Amino acid sequence: MTRFRGILLGTLGIVLLGVLWEGYKAIGPSNGVVLNGLTVLPRTNDLAMPHLATMFTRLFEPVTSAAGSPALWSAVTQAAGFSLSVAAVGWLIGVVVGMLLAVLMQRFRTAESALLPWVVLSQTVPLIALAPLVAGIGSQVRFGEARWQDWMSVALIASYLAFFPVSVGALRGLESPDREHVELMRTYAVGWWKTLLTLRLPASIPYLLPALRLAAANAVIGTVVAEVSIGLRGGVGRMMIEYASAASGDPGKPWAPIFGAVVIGLLAAALVAAIGLALRKYRRGEVPA
Amino acid sequence: MKHSRRIVLGIVSIAAASALALSGCSSTPKAATSAGALTPVTLQLQWLAQAQFAGYYAAVAQGYYKAEGLDVTIKEAGADTVPIKSVAAGEADYAISWVPKVLGSIEQGVNVTDVAQIFERSGTTQISFKNKGIVKPADLKGKKVGSWGYGNEWELFAGMQGAGINTTSGISLVQQAFDMKGFLAGDIDAAQAMTYNEYAQVLETVNPATGTLYTAGDLNVINWNDDGTAMLQDAIWADAGKLASDSGYQSQTVKFIKASIKGWIYVRDNAAKSADIVTAAGSTLGTSHQLWMTNEVNKLIWPSTSGGIGMINTSTWANTVKIAMSTKNDTGSTIITATPPKTAYSNTYVKKALAELATEGVDITGSSFTPLTVTLKEGGK
Repeated sequence: MTRFRGILLGTLGIVLLGVLWEGYKAIGPSNGVVLNGLTVLPRTNDLAMPHLATMFTRLFEPVTSAAGSPALWSAVTQAAGFSLSVAAVGWLIGVVVGMLLAVLMQRFRTAESALLPWVVLSQTVPLIALAPLVAGIGSQVRFGEARWQDWMSVALIASYLAFFPVSVGALRGLESPDREHVELMRTYAVGWWKTLLTLRLPASIPYLLPALRLAAANAVIGTVVAEVSIGLRGGVGRMMIEYASAASGDPGKPWAPIFGAVVIGLLAAALVAAIGLALRKYRRGEVPA
Repeated sequence: MKHSRRIVLGIVSIAAASALALSGCSSTPKAATSAGALTPVTLQLQWLAQAQFAGYYAAVAQGYYKAEGLDVTIKEAGADTVPIKSVAAGEADYAISWVPKVLGSIEQGVNVTDVAQIFERSGTTQISFKNKGIVKPADLKGKKVGSWGYGNEWELFAGMQGAGINTTSGISLVQQAFDMKGFLAGDIDAAQAMTYNEYAQVLETVNPATGTLYTAGDLNVINWNDDGTAMLQDAIWADAGKLASDSGYQSQTVKFIKASIKGWIYVRDNAAKSADIVTAAGSTLGTSHQLWMTNEVNKLIWPSTSGGIGMINTSTWANTVKIAMSTKNDTGSTIITATPPKTAYSNTYVKKALAELATEGVDITGSSFTPLTVTLKEGGK
């Protein structure tokens, strides 16, 4: 029953968004609302805000008129699948690195003082400076016969954004058990490892799950932006810059990869939600978000 | 029961995440190892695959590089790629880049050489709708002038300054995006447009007033080639340090230029097939747009008046350098402050390549070249 309601409300939200879009397009002035020379509300003409129907019918037309060109939706689906898998690699690396850092910082107070500022600082490096650097260094890396692939650079950048919430969230979680619980463990003469496994890790779950969700969102954003930045072929990021040139003559086309990115985000969120469902028994005290 | 279901769910979700991750690993093909005795060579482009680079894709598809013993990998650029840095860092053997952009890098210490000036003419224009009455650079005064910036703006600024316009106070400069929406919406009176790309984007758009596509008759075009402020664009750049010391790299450079030129000759004689080659190489531009681009790029190369495709005309080079030293952009800086070193360009290698091609009886000037008439479709489809 509640699940049904959730789906219903979700669908309603999407419909509402569509109604808002078309509604504003219908009543808004075609040149937007301009106050003191500043555009405060966007233009409503067909170039700036194409009709939803334009965007959706475009999805079922071929990408180009070349023979054998696939339908736009299938090209976007393929690209979204590629971006999602690269983001998943980035997410996994980010989660592993973030967890390891959190455990290290929980174990050694010195590590926490030494690492935490750098963890925070790492997120202030702009992506556009980082991406070409990673791609450049990566292209000189060889593992024996195997060469560094461009998609690895993108996954690495995604993991760079993904590890941050995990390390901060997990650290907070690992430190969350009450003092008496920790001291109880100590009176039992239980070592640090066992305390970690039986007390700290389970207690960290309520903090970890939102962090995993943030990490998933960050990994997806990191993937798309890094694709744009280094021009990796195959994903939706690259597709966005490719289709931008059609913005005026074929206004429905550039929206397709944006829909693709939205779908990736939803799938990533669903995956994390499934993990949360599996860990339900540890989610005591978590404020439902 | 409930317990085990949760464990199963957990295992499934983790398996799903790892499967996704693994599919990322497996879906990329292994880098091709050099076949036989071919020398692996990497070419770094300055943008994504499109007909602007048709000659190199044609040379790959037609096997011209293979015939010279080269196994060429073409690397596309992303939004933040600086092609010349790939050559300087040894990630690529050659790069395609505009001359003014590289002149700045050279002054900052990047040691590279223009070994073949593929595009003889500039493709940059400033376009406006007829009713704005902008037919010459001087007319830009007081107008909303679009500029891409990031090193794409110098010809425009040189043109305006040459017409006596104060480019700080005399115009209102508008940052132009990489589509023409701002121009079509009237935010920009005169927009930057490459003949082979943005100009076509406008002609692929339906004019809301007439219900048909915009035509060339709706637009005024300021062509910087006519104004005398054109600068050299797509050239093949090589590592100057290796050229000076490595005789293997020298002969490889001649081979690379020779095969690339053969590619461009193929594009001249087979524009439609070349457009298809670029599309097959992964470009998703519309078919009529791709053909338009191929044809317009041909016009920038052919006929060659500098003694054969790729030859660097010393007076055009000198003009580019002069503009690079004297023109200030909106931030008040010039590209370079001193004359670039002698190693910045060299005709040595392209001359050898052209001599070899001439003995093979290939037409290297294209004096009888006649462009196609390409009809653009809505959206470039």
